[in-house]
Amino acid sequence: MDFSFTETQGMLRDSLARYLRERYDFDTRQKMLALEGGRDPAVWKALAEELGILGAGFPEAHGGLGGGPVEHMVIMEELGRAIAVEPYLDTCIVGGGALLAAGGDHAETLIPAIIAGEVIIGFAWAEARSRYNPARIATRASADGSGWTLDGDKAVVIAGPYATHYLVTARTAGNPGDRDGVSLFLVGAGTAGISRRDYPTVDGWMASELHFERANVGPHALLGREGKALPLVEELIDRATAATCAEAAGTMRRLHELTLDYARQRVQFGQPISRFQVIQHRLVDMLMEVEQAVSMTYQATLRLDLPAAERARAVSQAKAKIAKGARFLGQAAIQTHGGIGITNELAAGHYFKRLTMLESRFGDQDHHLARLEALMLAEAA
Amino acid sequence: MDLAFSPEERAFRDEVRSFIADNYPPELRGKQDEGEELGKEDMLSWHRVLARKGWVAPAWPKEYGGPGWNATQRYIFSEELARADTIPVLPFGINMVGPVIYTFGTPEQKARFLPRILSGDDWWCQGYSEPGAGSDLASLRTRAERQGDHYIVNGQKTWTTLAQHADWGFFLVRTDPAAKPQEGISFLLIDMKTPGVTVRPIITLGGEHEVNEVWLENVKVPVENRVFEENKGWTCAKFLLAHERTGIAGVARSKRGIERLKAIARVEVDDDGQPLLMNPFFRRKVADLECDLTALEFTELRTLAGEAAGRGPGPESSLLKVKGTEIQQRITELVLEAVGHYGAPYFRAFPEGSNEYPIGPAHAHRAAPTYFNMRKTSIYGGSNEIQRNIIAKMVLGL
Repeated sequence: MDFSFTETQGMLRDSLARYLRERYDFDTRQKMLALEGGRDPAVWKALAEELGILGAGFPEAHGGLGGGPVEHMVIMEELGRAIAVEPYLDTCIVGGGALLAAGGDHAETLIPAIIAGEVIIGFAWAEARSRYNPARIATRASADGSGWTLDGDKAVVIAGPYATHYLVTARTAGNPGDRDGVSLFLVGAGTAGISRRDYPTVDGWMASELHFERANVGPHALLGREGKALPLVEELIDRATAATCAEAAGTMRRLHELTLDYARQRVQFGQPISRFQVIQHRLVDMLMEVEQAVSMTYQATLRLDLPAAERARAVSQAKAKIAKGARFLGQAAIQTHGGIGITNELAAGHYFKRLTMLESRFGDQDHHLARLEALMLAEAA
Repeated sequence: MDLAFSPEERAFRDEVRSFIADNYPPELRGKQDEGEELGKEDMLSWHRVLARKGWVAPAWPKEYGGPGWNATQRYIFSEELARADTIPVLPFGINMVGPVIYTFGTPEQKARFLPRILSGDDWWCQGYSEPGAGSDLASLRTRAERQGDHYIVNGQKTWTTLAQHADWGFFLVRTDPAAKPQEGISFLLIDMKTPGVTVRPIITLGGEHEVNEVWLENVKVPVENRVFEENKGWTCAKFLLAHERTGIAGVARSKRGIERLKAIARVEVDDDGQPLLMNPFFRRKVADLECDLTALEFTELRTLAGEAAGRGPGPESSLLKVKGTEIQQRITELVLEAVGHYGAPYFRAFPEGSNEYPIGPAHAHRAAPTYFNMRKTSIYGGSNEIQRNIIAKMVLGL
């Protein structure tokens, strides 16, 4: 057993952490969010070129650095610490994961372009009535002589406004909820028949509602097998969920530090409020949630390559635990800050907002507990 | 002991219910349904309707313009307001400074201020907290120096809710810097148009402008605007905080909030496509929350009954504040859970006639901002940590 990082992984963390510390501090982030388009594209460019980390999780054969889930975890933790609005999860983990699974021409051309920072992928899996179930989708795809045509709507596609491609789940057969009949498509964002409504999210990201109306995405858009993509989609979502756990762990760690700093300097009743036992115990409870979040993130990350049921159990345990811990920690941080925690002025409030969104991203606590119960029952049967 | 309403009480309930139905401003209802931000006149419109009817200040004694209701009637009234989802009457005049003035004020102060509080002609704000004086309110540093028949006030207040609309503010100021913290404080009424008063917005997590900083620079305040004795303002402050806390339980509003939550959970679906309210996980959380609310409701009713028997709101109101705010916050958590993905879009209201419309279902638009915003409830009005201290000291004698 070994929980230490390799030298390369350590360097990856250090270089990203240094970049974010020096060039992505809270004030700079807020200025970027206020830019036209809600972000500064130069950051993504820097991650690709200056730091060269976008290939961290890709095989060397594709021009990557040959890493995997642990490298993703390291990167997501650091992005979480800085509450960075960079689509690494969407592009490199989910989009890249789909391309690696599908192989072929798409992988040959697009993976190097991802690593170079030229391709950004938005993951269009959720729908207005799907909740967190990737099989409960109504978007349809049909084939004719000219290729695939998509019709339907996708909800809250993170990075939608600036993505070059969308990874879209659609039904080629069956009804919402059926495990069979789900297919996966990679489509160019500019394809005729795709319209978008772009908007900021409450935690500072940009997202889109996508509407597909007789969108002809060509004969090569299908990734994997027609109607049989759900296991792959579930695997991609599990990888994304583990990455979300890593991001949340980074965000929680930083918010705890911010709260500790504040409690040390805020004086009431003639002493720093960190001297009050009720505050001390709260800060300790918060720390325990941070540590457990990190542990759960390791646990899930290291089990991502196991068979589906074991992978699902590991990931859902992690997300259920972290969703609960993130809510506790976020609320405790604001309560400890008092009124100033509810203003837009301090970083703490923005960390709280991001954590709140991470709680339910790729499924909230209830979703993951229900998934664990289903696994438990399947095992008992 | 009897929980049933008498025929007279039922008749009163029907009278209140039909009055609200017939008189609630329809423009206001429309704006509420659309989730539009309410302006000063919107907020005052309902206040004025109630004022004309004589119902705007249910708890005030009859001689000062209250309706002369007993505790049961007041309870029925607030239930009916919440049931009809009316906007709340702003507390700063009616629930806060009004009772201070009729309890501690001079006859001149009562005559001058109370009628204009009732009518809504004066909008009040509360100048209590300071950047360095939050939970430790008595450490406040805003200074008032006596010069003849005036005080000259200098300092800074914060978290001043809706001060951007205020005509008057009630302020805690330090008149004796040498005294012990709680002994050198006075309670001043300040005309917000006085030279030297500056109101600056504080933008909160949901993007709202609800609270402000208020800066006071050489503000000249006539001595006749001091309520109660000089250096005895803490008595008024404590009285006011206890009054503030009873309303803060918000039982009737929370009932309405749970109804709204259920309505949302009937429309939103779970992972299997069933209404969320049919989902055993989710509905159990709603049932659990309803138990908490019933416990709070009957605790409040016992407190009200005690008040009716002449025991003023005491430290037990701290219990109502803690539990009431926890429930209010819990409702917003469950609403946010219920709306799933559509908690994420940042809601922007579009002007009337615009082709643009907000993202996602209407019931989701304010789910996240409201969740963020309601974190304030366990902080304001004396943080819940302070309320527990009060109970420990005053109830348990620790």
